[in-house]
Amino acid sequence: MFHFEVVTQWIDEFLRTYLTDVWALLIEYVLIGVVILGVYAVLALVLIWLERKICAFFQCRLGPTRVGPLGLLQSVADMVKILLKELIKIDRVDPFLFRLAAFMVIIASICTFGAIPFDKGLLVIDFNIGVFYLLAVSSLGVVGILMAGWASNNKYTMIGAMRSGAQLISYELSCGLAMMTIVMLSGSLQLSEIVEQQAYAWNLWRGGIPAIIAFVIYLIAGHAETNRGPFDLPEAESELTAGYHTEYSGIQFGFFYLAEYLNMFIIAAIATTLFLGGWQPLYIPGWDAFNSTMAFIPPVMWFFAKAFACVLLSLWVRWTMPRLRIDQLLNLEWKILMPLALINILLMALWVIYL
Amino acid sequence: MDPIVNLVIFAGLALASIVLSVLAVTCKSLLRAATYLLLVLICTAGFYLLLNYHFLAAVQISVYAGGVVILFIFAIFLTTNKDEVLTKHTTRKYIRGAVAAIGGMALVGYVLWKNMLYTPVENQTMIGDQEMKMQSIGDALMGTEKYQYLLPFEVLSLLLLAVIIGGIVIARKESNEK
Repeated sequence: MFHFEVVTQWIDEFLRTYLTDVWALLIEYVLIGVVILGVYAVLALVLIWLERKICAFFQCRLGPTRVGPLGLLQSVADMVKILLKELIKIDRVDPFLFRLAAFMVIIASICTFGAIPFDKGLLVIDFNIGVFYLLAVSSLGVVGILMAGWASNNKYTMIGAMRSGAQLISYELSCGLAMMTIVMLSGSLQLSEIVEQQAYAWNLWRGGIPAIIAFVIYLIAGHAETNRGPFDLPEAESELTAGYHTEYSGIQFGFFYLAEYLNMFIIAAIATTLFLGGWQPLYIPGWDAFNSTMAFIPPVMWFFAKAFACVLLSLWVRWTMPRLRIDQLLNLEWKILMPLALINILLMALWVIYL
Repeated sequence: MDPIVNLVIFAGLALASIVLSVLAVTCKSLLRAATYLLLVLICTAGFYLLLNYHFLAAVQISVYAGGVVILFIFAIFLTTNKDEVLTKHTTRKYIRGAVAAIGGMALVGYVLWKNMLYTPVENQTMIGDQEMKMQSIGDALMGTEKYQYLLPFEVLSLLLLAVIIGGIVIARKESNEK
């Protein structure tokens, strides 16, 4: 199996032979920053193109076809357009908070993105407390959304921000509880170790029924956290124009847009890491030829294949279900998902002790 | 890591948290003050990271930045009229604040001075070398032996339960009015 560890270690050794530790570290920090931002932007372009194509498929249309083969360059063109657009100065907004809000949202998203293990040795930081770090950093985005809604000085944005805040805070609970279920199974918060443990059986099979329940809860709650699909009340266009980012223009709007798409990918990537074995290939006991063939596919490919399968699921839900009402949304979380997640934790405890 | 790099990071964080703290108390708009407070709390998490207390840093971000500040913002949203979110700064307020700040500084200074006096210099671990293991934190929280905290933990959960029930009692609607 080819692991990216080889490449990253080679870069590290190469830098350390020619430079002192401090300078080598500094150059590595800059390199990592550039790579993370680059991958973030490219993934966003791919996701936007994918969303438009799949949305078109569900609605019996063709989607973008003109720019490049299959419309592949459409989102590149859109990116150039959004970069060149004017940033409109809104009258009587709080300019400091207005600008800070867009950054808060995208910084929270990038911080989460950095901790995802794409491959062995291909993650920015491997905390002992990995899963907890993900939960902590992703909660910063809510502040950005609330600030954006308030600073815009507009009632639609305000209502959108309040709805979004309520929704994110409540769904964070069952999201976290579902993640805790898997932490109980693997006995570690470290993401790389959680992935290592799944070499012979993904957590979804290893954890049995409680893991499957946790997976479903995580997918629903995670989907709600991205403010998309049936849970898009914060930006319900028929009631609130565009919710909390109504007043934003140009690249500031682009930040919210980017963060929304990347959050979808991050939720899918965390689901992959915790439940679907991360970069580990599919392993079926006894089928030796099959297993060695599967192991031949590079782990990065495995990771992205699983993550994009989860993204596809999320898009499918988004373009199939009608929008929920706010009371239905809160009932779903507080009366169904959260009690279920709590009972599920008990079930997982029994599973870990007795099986 | 290199001590100079640590010093540079520490100086940056310290400067940022001092400036942001001053802004948080002198700023007129309530929501801006809450935002500056959020940034100060994030800087504190940075200090914990510098000391290699990763768990504490994550707790700081998720509890203070993710929980308390959002609660503040919600409270400001729900209780104040939008035109009245400006606070008044009176001289009396400043004097009281200054007294509290000097008192706090004196206390911290005293503790620091006392500890400097009693611990030998070569034993001081200003910058932590290794990460605290999650498992040992869990054991300390759930154990019943010496230096383990099961009883305080359970007492705190009881307190939280009482608070939750109290909240429900206050918020619930009376169905049958006499």
